[in-house]
Amino acid sequence: MINSNAKVLLEVRNLSATVAGVEILKGINLTVRAGEVHAIMGPNGSGKSTLAKVLVGHPAYGVSDGEVLFEGKNLFALAPEERSRAGLFLGFQYPVEIAGVSNSAFLRLIYNTVQGARGKDELDPLEFDDFVREKMKLLDMDPSFLDRSVNDGFSGGEKKRNEILQMALLEPKLAILDETDSGLDIDALRTVANSVNQLMTPHNAVVLVTHYQRLLNYIVPDYVHVMEGGKIIKTGGKALAEELESRGYDWVMDEYKAGAGAVA
Amino acid sequence: MSTVLENLVNRPYKHGFVTDIESETAPKGLSEDTIRLISRKKNEPEWLLEFRLSAYRHWLTMPEPAWPNVKYPKIDFQDIIYYSAPRPKKLGSMDEVDPELLRTFEKLGVPMNERAKLAGVAVDVIFDSVSVATTYKQKLAEAGIIFCSISEAVREHPELVRKYLGTVVPPGDNFYAALNTAVFTDGSFCFIPRGVKCPMELSTYFRINTESSGQFERTLIIAEDGASVSYLEGCTAPKFDTNQLHAAVVELIALDNANIKYSTVQNWYAGDEKGVGGIYNFVTKRGLCKGVNAKISWTQVETGSAITWKYPSCVLLGDNSIGEFYSVALTNHHQQADTGTKMVHIGKNTKSTIISKGISAGHSNNSYRGLVRITAKAEGARNYSQCDSMLIGSQCGANTFPYIQVHNHTAKVEHEATTSKIGEDQLFYFQSRGIGAEEAVSMIINGFCKEVFKQLPMEFAVEATKLLGLKLEGSVG
Repeated sequence: MINSNAKVLLEVRNLSATVAGVEILKGINLTVRAGEVHAIMGPNGSGKSTLAKVLVGHPAYGVSDGEVLFEGKNLFALAPEERSRAGLFLGFQYPVEIAGVSNSAFLRLIYNTVQGARGKDELDPLEFDDFVREKMKLLDMDPSFLDRSVNDGFSGGEKKRNEILQMALLEPKLAILDETDSGLDIDALRTVANSVNQLMTPHNAVVLVTHYQRLLNYIVPDYVHVMEGGKIIKTGGKALAEELESRGYDWVMDEYKAGAGAVA
Repeated sequence: MSTVLENLVNRPYKHGFVTDIESETAPKGLSEDTIRLISRKKNEPEWLLEFRLSAYRHWLTMPEPAWPNVKYPKIDFQDIIYYSAPRPKKLGSMDEVDPELLRTFEKLGVPMNERAKLAGVAVDVIFDSVSVATTYKQKLAEAGIIFCSISEAVREHPELVRKYLGTVVPPGDNFYAALNTAVFTDGSFCFIPRGVKCPMELSTYFRINTESSGQFERTLIIAEDGASVSYLEGCTAPKFDTNQLHAAVVELIALDNANIKYSTVQNWYAGDEKGVGGIYNFVTKRGLCKGVNAKISWTQVETGSAITWKYPSCVLLGDNSIGEFYSVALTNHHQQADTGTKMVHIGKNTKSTIISKGISAGHSNNSYRGLVRITAKAEGARNYSQCDSMLIGSQCGANTFPYIQVHNHTAKVEHEATTSKIGEDQLFYFQSRGIGAEEAVSMIINGFCKEVFKQLPMEFAVEATKLLGLKLEGSVG
């Protein structure tokens, strides 16, 4: 839902970033307001996932230029855990397995940590158990997930649901979902998409990083950005995603090159 | 990230203070005279002196073991003090214990005195070589339980000591056991008579105080038919730049239907971050399930020492007897650990379980070495072993050396091993959910160790959890 008077949650200005000394992002500009859904699309290696990881502060990525404001404050002044407590969330493309740490203990810890950061009451294990089971029903998750180790032995789809479950618990202001649709069959995709839609309010926003437009049939974006070579080369509405689906990416690149050539 | 991990694993040793107490110390060096001096100081009977001397003569013929996966400069056995005792004083009650000593234990967080009673723990404190005070002896005596220092046991119950001492770990068993037998100074003795369930956890705190003193304690625990006992041992030592030798021997004997549970939290000084100083912990611990249906269970949390060389073992002689070994070994900086267990199945339908968790950080090296031997007569014997290693950072090492010898085809032996690494991505996953790196490491480690921690008595489990946290904690910068 576009409301140009809504609060700006995220302001990315001319962001460049490197991994292992190689520049992957080359001047990204992006503004996300409360209530909006953004989709970032683009071919493999265009820098979509890098953008997501730089924003949440993955240590393997270095910022070489530009700035990012989150609710008007310098995001890069915050440690990754502080960014999370401030309301930024990343749903990982490949959630890591943590053997030996029970999912229920992990979920309760992250929930209570963010509750504490917001000055709200923490839940004891019994209260939390009731609370999390309700959230899991929405995601069609079996309660047995609570007794397993975090993501350990989960299928691809199960891991993605566990990510969205964490999003539901943390209620972030801005959620970046990196390829959340990959590994999901069509029913699971619908369930996950419904959950994300239910979590949307006029006060938060979602950035979807995806290859395919099929997720966008369920979570309808206000903006679609096309990334290539570490830049956003085109921005449009939902119709752009459909066009990409039918025509591929090449024409956008050609158009961009022609445009760039014309300017030069 | 690597700096985060470095900070996490660099933390100063908390117990590194020296207690200023007058002590009576023998000159450095080892000879038959040294042994005679120790024996005389302790007013020992002739048979025990002979026992020591024969072990010493045997030791002289033995080579130092070279097979462990550890490296250290050659030990000069003539450069060690073999006897050091706080000045002798007859102690009637805890009030008479040197307040300096009590403060030491307070600093160590050892439950003593009223705190000990509240906690329901009877503490036999070994300070260097002499047992200082034993609480709760009275109550235990009413149940017919003998819990005292081994020196006292030699005086008061010589027939029991003579009957069992050296029957599980013979004097010439190995190099360090022979050395211990020759020069052991004190330790604990515990006897649970037939049918008695010990009404409380028994606890001993060992601490090495004098620089360049070796600690050679000797522990002997006997559970008669149907008896059961749970015994806790905690170890710390102050910081010195020189290495100190700790060569203990622990013998457990479980008769028919008896049950002995022996838990250790070892936090000897590990040396500094460059590997200077620290304890050489060369220990022989062995339990004998002598009777049918006997059970011996070892649980250890090893976090200290420059070098750990230790294989708490079970000899399963009685039919249907059970041996268990649960271990967490954490090494950091330049620590080296070569630790594990031996399960020797002799009786029919004997069972053993081995759960070993090794955690390596810094430049440390952590090896699991375990033997499972099923002898020809051990019909229906079963063993399950699980050895998991976790690496923190990229400059440490983990090894697993399992030895499996099966001489009976009805045996069932299983061995599983895994290696994992606390990686950047795991820590980042926690961080991206609002959890700091320290808490993340602590949660991962506790998850990794939980099968072992749940075997520890409650207070010890809490202490062990805290200890692992402290060993890896630091300011995250």
